[in-house]
Amino acid sequence: MEQYILKIKRFDPEKDRKPRWEKFRIEMEFTDRVLDGFIKIKDAIDGSLTFRRSCAHGICGSCAVKINGKSGLACQTIIKDVPPGEIVIEPLPAFPVIKDLVVDIEPFFGKNREAMPYLINNEPPPELERLQSPEEQEKILQSITCIMCGCCASSCPSYWADKEYMGPSALLKAYRFIMDSRDRALEERMNSIAKPHGLWRCHSIYNCVEVCPKEIDITSHIAKLKRLAVKKKLSGFFKG
Amino acid sequence: MTHYFDTLIIGSGLAGLRAAGEAVKKGSVAVLTKLYPTRSHSGAAQGGIGAALGNEEPDSPEWHFYDTVKGGDFLGDQDAIEVMCEDAIRTIVELEHLGVPFSRTPEGKIAQRRFGGHTRDFGAAPVRRACYSADRTGHAILYALYEQCGHERVDFFPEFQALDIVMDGNRCLGALAVNIRTGEIHAFNAKATLVASGGYGRVFKTTSNAIASTGDCLGIAFNKGVPLEDMEFFQFHPTGLYGLGILITEGARGEGGMLINGKGERFMERYAPTIKDLAPRDMISRAIMTEIREGRGIGGRDYVHLDITGVDKKILNERLPEISAFCKIYMGIDPSEKPIPVLPTAHYAMGGIPTDIDGRVSRDETGEVVKGLYAAGECACVSAHGANRLGCNSLLDTVVFGRRAGMAMGEFIGSVGKSEIKRDAVDAVKENIEAVINSKGKEKAGEVRAEFQKLMMDKCSVFRNEKDLTTLIQELSSFKERLKDISIKDKGSAFNTELLEVIELGHLIALGEVIAASALQRKESRGAHAREDYPKRDDENWLKHTFAFKTDRGVEFKYKPVVVTRFKPEDRKY
Repeated sequence: MEQYILKIKRFDPEKDRKPRWEKFRIEMEFTDRVLDGFIKIKDAIDGSLTFRRSCAHGICGSCAVKINGKSGLACQTIIKDVPPGEIVIEPLPAFPVIKDLVVDIEPFFGKNREAMPYLINNEPPPELERLQSPEEQEKILQSITCIMCGCCASSCPSYWADKEYMGPSALLKAYRFIMDSRDRALEERMNSIAKPHGLWRCHSIYNCVEVCPKEIDITSHIAKLKRLAVKKKLSGFFKG
Repeated sequence: MTHYFDTLIIGSGLAGLRAAGEAVKKGSVAVLTKLYPTRSHSGAAQGGIGAALGNEEPDSPEWHFYDTVKGGDFLGDQDAIEVMCEDAIRTIVELEHLGVPFSRTPEGKIAQRRFGGHTRDFGAAPVRRACYSADRTGHAILYALYEQCGHERVDFFPEFQALDIVMDGNRCLGALAVNIRTGEIHAFNAKATLVASGGYGRVFKTTSNAIASTGDCLGIAFNKGVPLEDMEFFQFHPTGLYGLGILITEGARGEGGMLINGKGERFMERYAPTIKDLAPRDMISRAIMTEIREGRGIGGRDYVHLDITGVDKKILNERLPEISAFCKIYMGIDPSEKPIPVLPTAHYAMGGIPTDIDGRVSRDETGEVVKGLYAAGECACVSAHGANRLGCNSLLDTVVFGRRAGMAMGEFIGSVGKSEIKRDAVDAVKENIEAVINSKGKEKAGEVRAEFQKLMMDKCSVFRNEKDLTTLIQELSSFKERLKDISIKDKGSAFNTELLEVIELGHLIALGEVIAASALQRKESRGAHAREDYPKRDDENWLKHTFAFKTDRGVEFKYKPVVVTRFKPEDRKY
């Protein structure tokens, strides 16, 4: 057990007029997750500390926060991988704060819906599965691992600057269906993203790639969509 | 706030979403979840979903039926199991058409792999039956179902936690839930209500289950007089990451991994000579604990190794990427180079709210129905899994029985009028909340919970006996007292998770008591329920389902015969 200081940015909408910092001194194992630290604080020191969590192993996407300046999952950040000393914890940037580390994730999910995130194929289905070769599936393999945690959007300068920008995960979701050999809605989907607050707002800054807990190369997926849009003459620059 | 819906679904995992997709064809549907739908624990399911597609080698639904009966140690109701296995192929094809990105064979068909207890020719050898999407099968299906529901007319209420299921005599009127974000209580009036709230692995210290898996709705239903069936049967998955309990899929063994003890032996050869490391989970968990007890853990310690170093690296990358990442992140181990330290972890509840094959909840052991109340998925007990669930049958169960419940509700809502939850039901829930907020007690929820979970783990996990269970039951009554003495710091309305954790702890302790009492009364060993003092299965006296009821005198029991149709009980050897 080692002593760590978790410096946490807190905000209680019913008490605080603006956010405040609070430091907690706790004992942690080297192998503990940052999330274990939050739980230790809530269980033993201050029950009012508020954060989201569920699976605790990087698959549900609930516990995304800013850890030492970088968005990440608290359950997937291990103490031994964090520099010694103070660990600074803040809510995800670019999302409105509800309470302590809990942010309003609703607009983020809403933007995802703009990308028509569901398989569309109105052809009569075959009796058995629609065939898809491993090579065809390879194209979407990375994109299907997204867990909608919000780390990408929260780290994207374009997302910070443009409140209407769909953001990296919504574009990745569009990619997941556009490149799925079983989908038949390429045109509608491309039209839904090839717009000023869509595809062209990505300036290939790669922050999303750096923080994605599932290590998805989001920017290059978006680049492929841009190439496809250019090929289909859907530049969208001059449309409203 | 008051809402009116035709169908109300509590829980947004696979069972709830599949039911929603069906019920919405007949009327309005609300789905409540205390998380966001994509955060549901179904998404953590790794290895596969079972169906005798025969894409990789010959297979048949009848073999699947037999394996499931035998895997459940003959306690499963065979009418339900037959429905599930016969419907499996249609179910997988339907999921594929909805967009689930299943892994593929070179010809582009759905790929399949071996899984524990799934065999060809009635036990002759392992068969490739588990359809998978790498080791993220639950995630792939959860997203596809959520995405499809998203453009149907299903109304989602994310971060709404159910606090009560409202009954009027034998009719369910809907539920009360708190909007976590504001603290406001909402009344959801519904003609049909489906409980699809998942498991309750957080009863135990070491579990693969999410922190949210607290069995709230089982606790609520039990309080309302609904019995709980077969609660003594709780599955411990053999391969949880040592110290953490994080699941390492059975698919790792399906792809060729093996369990090794401290002497370097592949010990499953002794316990299950035919299918070895692909024996059912209950048997492997007991084997691991036996090896450890007899001093053959790794270095004499309390774990064994799961060795997948012999599996082709290409297969690891393609089919087991997620668990490879878990090992690296949480253990600092590259599983292609070094064996993984594992220990059984509380994983799946076979027991739950009793239902028929269309999700209708039974109010007693005779099968009389609670009008308007349905259950599906892990929180329900159909019983398709009997005393021990086979791997890749739970995802199948959620989708098959979720759909059936959705269809049954769609029919039911045409036959009844609007329900109207009365004011006093809302007031009672508010009073309960006030009591927690105003408590000046000395206990802290986190400490009580940790002690409770440890006690359950020590006295009521893989092996059980009368002495431990009796002690456990005595000690649990003191936990009920301590629960009342918990006070909280957060007195606010917005996102008061401290309050919700106390409520959840109440349900966990209530369920712990039912599990312990059910385990004490069943004087035999069957499936996941292993009594050291009654080591044999006793079909003469115990080929029956346990129904636990809440009474003023404590938990009391009644019994329901097992439905045996095609396969008579036989010795369970692998």
